[in-house]
Amino acid sequence: MAHFGENKNFSNPVVNWIDNRLPIFTMLIKEYGVFPMPRNVNYMWSFGGIAMTMLGIMILTGIMMAMNYTPHTTLAFDSVERTMRDVNFGWLLRYIHMNGASFFFIAVYIHIARGLFYGSYKKPRELLWMFGVVILLLMMATAFMGYALPWSQMSGWGVTVITSMFSAIPLVGDGLVTWLWGGFSVDNPTLNRFYALHFLLPFVILGVVFIHVWALHVTGSNNPTGVEPKTPADTVPFAPYVSTKDSVALVFFLTIFLGVVFFYPLALTEVDHFRKFDPMQTPAHIVPEWYFLPFYAILRAFTMDITIPFTTVVLLPAKLQGVLAMFGSIILLVFLPWLDRNPVKSGRFRPVFKWCIWLLFVDFFVLMYSGAKPPEGLPLIMGQLGTLYYFVLFLVILPVLSFKEKNLPVPASISADPGCCKKH
Amino acid sequence: MDSTKDGANRREFLYLTAGAMAAVGAGTSVWPLVDSMNPAADTLAMASTEVDISKIEAGQTIMAVWRGKPVFIHRRPMNEVTEIRTEDWKTLRDPQSDEDRVQKGHDEWLVLVGVCTHLGCIPMGSKMGQPKGDFGGWFCPCHGSHYDKSGRIRKGPAPKNLAVPAYTFVTDTLLRIG
Repeated sequence: MAHFGENKNFSNPVVNWIDNRLPIFTMLIKEYGVFPMPRNVNYMWSFGGIAMTMLGIMILTGIMMAMNYTPHTTLAFDSVERTMRDVNFGWLLRYIHMNGASFFFIAVYIHIARGLFYGSYKKPRELLWMFGVVILLLMMATAFMGYALPWSQMSGWGVTVITSMFSAIPLVGDGLVTWLWGGFSVDNPTLNRFYALHFLLPFVILGVVFIHVWALHVTGSNNPTGVEPKTPADTVPFAPYVSTKDSVALVFFLTIFLGVVFFYPLALTEVDHFRKFDPMQTPAHIVPEWYFLPFYAILRAFTMDITIPFTTVVLLPAKLQGVLAMFGSIILLVFLPWLDRNPVKSGRFRPVFKWCIWLLFVDFFVLMYSGAKPPEGLPLIMGQLGTLYYFVLFLVILPVLSFKEKNLPVPASISADPGCCKKH
Repeated sequence: MDSTKDGANRREFLYLTAGAMAAVGAGTSVWPLVDSMNPAADTLAMASTEVDISKIEAGQTIMAVWRGKPVFIHRRPMNEVTEIRTEDWKTLRDPQSDEDRVQKGHDEWLVLVGVCTHLGCIPMGSKMGQPKGDFGGWFCPCHGSHYDKSGRIRKGPAPKNLAVPAYTFVTDTLLRIG
């Protein structure tokens, strides 16, 4: 009770009885009823809720599919095909689950892009942002392990390529890969542990999402001006104003999602995902799912060993550079609140930063294109330039802009922003 | 308070030693969990494979399975062996002479783990009609690594030569890998 102040008095005696013992209704009203939201949030602020909905959909369909899945190398592929053909609505569960992963990532990438553009990672939301990066990493691990479960050519070879990255680590690399595999090749022990972890991690994500939302409710939401609310005139209650707006966005999003599920369920899937895994034959062209392509392009952008000058002694092999850069590209987001120290949050009032961030969004798609193509010729060069910009932006441009940028005047408050509020 | 000269007291000492003991205990209890993910006894037991090599013609390659991985067994024509041994190997990325990659007296037999040392794909070049890369050996389609006729890395992202597994000739026509 102490946490949520005075208990409310509910007219329903049952609700009242419960609330006096566990103030859950008081909490819900405080956090989701009267919770003050900046009155100027746009539709970009709906994607956190959309992502949470996608997590729920993934967990539900995943559990139903787990009831029909057999984690064994000889049976896994067929058990997934059985889900598709024989299980009642099995096809629907699977198409929702496999396309759901893509749409979960779409929602999360838009959510991150919003955070980047409007400076939502800055004080006082640094920890909130960092937990977000943890969620992204957990999502990537979960999606990767889930992709392994149908035990198709793409599953098996995707797992082989990604786990083999760890062999780049000096000294312990090979032992680490054997430990990850539980053997000397990607085989049944690997499939078993991936299944266990693919089942576990979504609930870990749920836990970190809870912390993420908790931290959000301490600081409150950022908004397009990046100016914190100062008076009650700057905010509206979450319900019904923002909850309604979020519902509209959610319905739009789910409409597109279900459109893909029903009409183009295989649009985002490689054909080699429908052939059983053959450990003796690598498909001609292995590509990860689209949401990993930008990072895959970063991995492959490094093609030259770094040697001690004028000798052939290799200091940093190309493979290790690629692996470090790929993981580094996400890990550096953790430090973003300290890389960008410009006091102005929103990109609206930062003329240079605004274009740099837009270029990053373009860069993301350039890298995605490069990651989908064989690593040679123009796509490789695009991947290398894209990787260069990614790191230069975060490690050079943002730190320099922290002090050198001429920011535009920031409105005194949310209500004072001319673009904010129409007079009714 | 029975403080010692440098200010540390009995209570602090007990906290520190009890804490250290708990940390060691926690670490020890985690080890069985971590080690359970290492290869199990039955996985380790599949450690060797025997292959009949009597039917392999010069110039041919067969693929055997060892520990779930492909092994290329390539019978090289002797002129190919002489040719590759004239090349300078000291400047290669992973310098190793062809003599060091085969067994003495069995110079025509090249035995390789068929796993690209970059990210684990199976290089092409063992079967008829497959691309052999710029150096006439193997070519990995995943990220474009080229291996020569001795299985040494010559071009592309792979850091090491194709590995040579431990093997023995049980007889002239029977090879034991592992």
